Amino acid sequence: MEEKSKTASEKPKKKDPREKLLKPNGKPLILKSSPHLLSNYSVEKIMRGVIFALLPTTILGVVFFGWRALLMILVGIISCVLTEVIFDLISGKKFKLTDGTSVLTGLLLVLTLPPSFPISGVILGSVVAIFIGKMIFGGLGYNIFNPALLGRAFLQASYPVKMTTWTLPKFVGADAVTGATPLGLFKFEHVLTNIKPLILGNVGGSIGETSAIAIILGGIFILIKKYADWRIPLSYIGTVFILGGIFWLIDPVQYPNPIFHVFAGGLMLGAFFMATDMVTSPITNKGSWIFGIGAGVVLITIRLFGGLPEGVMYSIIFMNGLVPLINRYTQPKVFGEVKK
Amino acid sequence: MSQKKVTLFQEFLKGIWKENPILVSLLGLCPTLAVTVSAENGLAMGLAATFVVVSSSVIVSILRKIISPQVRIASFIVIIATFVTIADRFLAAYYPDISTNLGPFIPLIIVNCMILGRQEAFASKNNIGRSFLDAFGVGIGFTVVLVLLGGVREILGSGTLFGVEVMWNNFHPWAVMILPPGAFLALGLMIGVSNWLNELGEKK
Repeated sequence: MEEKSKTASEKPKKKDPREKLLKPNGKPLILKSSPHLLSNYSVEKIMRGVIFALLPTTILGVVFFGWRALLMILVGIISCVLTEVIFDLISGKKFKLTDGTSVLTGLLLVLTLPPSFPISGVILGSVVAIFIGKMIFGGLGYNIFNPALLGRAFLQASYPVKMTTWTLPKFVGADAVTGATPLGLFKFEHVLTNIKPLILGNVGGSIGETSAIAIILGGIFILIKKYADWRIPLSYIGTVFILGGIFWLIDPVQYPNPIFHVFAGGLMLGAFFMATDMVTSPITNKGSWIFGIGAGVVLITIRLFGGLPEGVMYSIIFMNGLVPLINRYTQPKVFGEVKK
Repeated sequence: MSQKKVTLFQEFLKGIWKENPILVSLLGLCPTLAVTVSAENGLAMGLAATFVVVSSSVIVSILRKIISPQVRIASFIVIIATFVTIADRFLAAYYPDISTNLGPFIPLIIVNCMILGRQEAFASKNNIGRSFLDAFGVGIGFTVVLVLLGGVREILGSGTLFGVEVMWNNFHPWAVMILPPGAFLALGLMIGVSNWLNELGEKK
């Protein structure tokens, strides 16, 4: 029996007339389903662009908070990448490190941490961000929540004291080592910080959130390059401005003015770099507006009526959870569809 | 009757891994998530539930031909409630600390679907011996998972195990692990690991 099958399998080795059709120039003809148009964007390119856009913020963070900030950033990036490698090794997947998403996650995570945060905590946050925030859901493109913010939320719940111990930048004064953030100052001591240091970044806060001008520079870059949807930062910051303004008009003593709302805290960083994460934001234009407005409402609620001085992280994570629902209800109509 | 083919030992073993109430059937999650802030609490909860499930399974099995099908759930609940009260009073009398730690979750064993499920699915259809072994296996499986979950959460969340320091000196406990999110994270990861081990076992 075996010999018979052998001869049978050798027979069709005669030249197949179809061979010429399938291999026009000696190379196999590749048949693919649509889409055939290749876009100019790729994950690698976008990630490189976003990391590039974060450079001014990163550099200013290191200038303001010293070499320790740089060490934290490096540790964060390396542990994020290592976590992904180890997970890929265990689950037998192919490496996808070239897309740079882990590098971006690590960078974003550290930029939202206070400058005096322990290094072991940075490693823990990075591992949680990549492992629980991304890989468990199936890797890039499947995660529900922004991995960097999830890592930060884990750290916030784990080390509530260390996450709210802020070191002031070097230029503020030699005698003051730790101090409150502008939002904390306002919430608990009712001291309003001037706008100029807020824009430059010469205030207490997380490594990457203090300087509004550096973030806006990078943000404009990614918006022009279309690496992020402009609707989200616009609606997010706009909602915060308008809602904050309404409350300020009602009672200017108790509530801070809207410009302070926009420039203080992590709103800029969150609006330009976290909320616009392509995986965890809505895919429709209408959905993007809803996403931004919802995040703004949640943020103002936390800032003015919640127990915490800042709520950018929770507002974005909250809206991340609603994204599947938003996508579902904002599906554009198919052309020619009749309303029932 | 395919059940007759199952040996008595298998009847006992299946509750520990193959039909583990928490890891596989996802039953009784309320006490699982709520009380496992320490290994001690997990152990106490597991043992109390084991006592209740074994005793009530035996009684239900004895009475299975008397209880009319229309009122069976109510009858099961009365039987379970009897043993839960015994367990509750016993803990309050001999281990008042644990009793205060577990709080309302001991009386809530009455409505633990893991226990009611055993009565409905097994004890009311099988003889006393099998019912006893089945309930015992399920109880042990429940206890093991609760102790593991409580242990993991206690080690990471407070740096101790059964109240003894186990982590290195300058370890900062992850407070989140003894909060509700930690329960969900740890349980989810445990279920994931058990599914992964099952898959590995099947491949071999």
